[in-house]
Amino acid sequence: MDTLGSELNAAMLTVRVRMERLRAGSLPFLLDIFAKVPPGITILFGPSGAGKSTVLDCIAGLACPDAGRIATGEAVLFDSQAAVNCPPQARHIAYVFQTLALFPHMSAEENVAYGLDGLPREQRAARVEEILNAFRVEKLRRRRPAEISGGERQRIALARSLVAQPRVLLLDEPLTGLDAKLKGAIIDDLRAWNAARRIPILYVTHSREEVDALGERVIAMDHGHIVSEGTPMEVLEAPRRKRLAQAAGFENLLNGTVADLREADGVMRVRLNESVCELEVPLGFAVAGDRVHVAIRAGDILLATSQPQGLSARNILEGSIVALETRGTLVRARVDCGVGFIVHLTPGAARTLELTPGCRVWLVLKTHSCHLVEE
Amino acid sequence: MDALLLSLRLALCVSAILLAGGLPLAYWLAYSNWRGKFLLEAVVALPLVLPPTVLGFYVLLAMGPRGPLGKLWQVFFGHGLAFTFEGLVLASVLYSLPFAVQPLIASFESVDRKLLDASAVLGAGRLRTFWRVILPLSIPGVVTALVLSFAHTMGEFGVVLMVGGNLAGVTRTVSVDIYDHVQSLEYAEANRMALVLLAISFVVLSVVYAVNRQVGRQIGRRLWTPWAAN
Repeated sequence: MDTLGSELNAAMLTVRVRMERLRAGSLPFLLDIFAKVPPGITILFGPSGAGKSTVLDCIAGLACPDAGRIATGEAVLFDSQAAVNCPPQARHIAYVFQTLALFPHMSAEENVAYGLDGLPREQRAARVEEILNAFRVEKLRRRRPAEISGGERQRIALARSLVAQPRVLLLDEPLTGLDAKLKGAIIDDLRAWNAARRIPILYVTHSREEVDALGERVIAMDHGHIVSEGTPMEVLEAPRRKRLAQAAGFENLLNGTVADLREADGVMRVRLNESVCELEVPLGFAVAGDRVHVAIRAGDILLATSQPQGLSARNILEGSIVALETRGTLVRARVDCGVGFIVHLTPGAARTLELTPGCRVWLVLKTHSCHLVEE
Repeated sequence: MDALLLSLRLALCVSAILLAGGLPLAYWLAYSNWRGKFLLEAVVALPLVLPPTVLGFYVLLAMGPRGPLGKLWQVFFGHGLAFTFEGLVLASVLYSLPFAVQPLIASFESVDRKLLDASAVLGAGRLRTFWRVILPLSIPGVVTALVLSFAHTMGEFGVVLMVGGNLAGVTRTVSVDIYDHVQSLEYAEANRMALVLLAISFVVLSVVYAVNRQVGRQIGRRLWTPWAAN
């Protein structure tokens, strides 16, 4: 176990970065994060503008933080206190950009061989051969990027970045625009390649589906800060920030004030703004009188056409249907309970309940479906 | 015929020097973050707006026996610079500078910065990035720079007259020769030379556009010309 532990440590990427950026015409942006990225895929998730790409640029040496320390195992790439700042050429970090940035005037093979400059010819050819095979693009070696399909281009970009056996792989939304099947196939090949090498892979995305699909460790970022870390379930199910809640697909984001805490029950009551509605939510970090947001998934809300009784759910709100729209296999109901709610149900359920606009309904919300969100 | 050969020799020398000097200068102007860069940009563009006689006048002063360049030349080579072929080359290089540097800057600047980032991350230093990525993607700009400086030197008149004078075989270029013929009412002679110049210019430009179209198709980039909307 001990040797395994030290091996893990040897390959671990640690990033502590603080960087202030003044953007013309907008608020100053502060990036301030500390993260440890173990071998394997770690997802860096957050809305666009959260600072994800800047973090990757700092790791690769394309941007320079004001302060901090970046290291892979024993190798220090950046340390503001020790005045260490390795140039990107010397960092041995692979980086696949969102645009891939394949060299348009070179064949796939030449692109892949670009990072193997110092090697003798035969070794270079062998390494290129091996990586082209690993990513199943050996047949495209003579083609230029413009003559290759999107998914294949992504494979070649991966092969190019990995051929020099880097210490870390950074991926900046490299698979946007591909369908889920193609994406899955590429990720599988990447996992297979990394099974023997065990390098940290930092995968940036703003897409919730990708987080679910990759299903590994997630670091969630917003406004230049890490807001949560853990499994996709932990990070996506309990967002702590409003913008992240929107990114994670919480259709209902309600403003309210904490009315009182019931610590014995592990709950507190939140009065929703401009209404008499109150919701019971899990005890959070707020105290009575605090302004908070509550995030609720439209699919977590039950809808009844008569007043429900004998339920364990603590929140039952009376209201009426304002509008119904069908989107494929989903019916989206807008319900007015003094505040507006969005509820998702199946077309079958909507038919059985004979829902029409104006209908009187009751919404049922479990306490643990109500997520407290930090401002 | 002497005049034509002289003009060709001059244009070749000037294009070669401008390519060698223009590449690093354009690279610096395209990628430097120096605040005072605009000053150098203005200096490089100056020959575009300056009358050739003004440029020629100052170059002549500098190259004269009491000018700094003239003195320096005297020390190293034992003779003056004014009214010599070398002096003519120097003046023409200055005069055609923007025609070489501006297409280069434009094509360097249009290389996607992400490609440069990718090159750096893949371990390539500035020099390797320049040779393997920036320059191959700027071939149309390089060709344009070469051709414009060649053609512009072939056709120059005012600067030559100011700096070179009119010495047969040394500084009497084809445009000066044509002028002389017209002045002495030898229209047939003038016409013959003018036609040769016209033919050369047309053939060179045709070849350039043809080559550029081919190269441009291969690397997906278009020819840069000063008169095309960029």
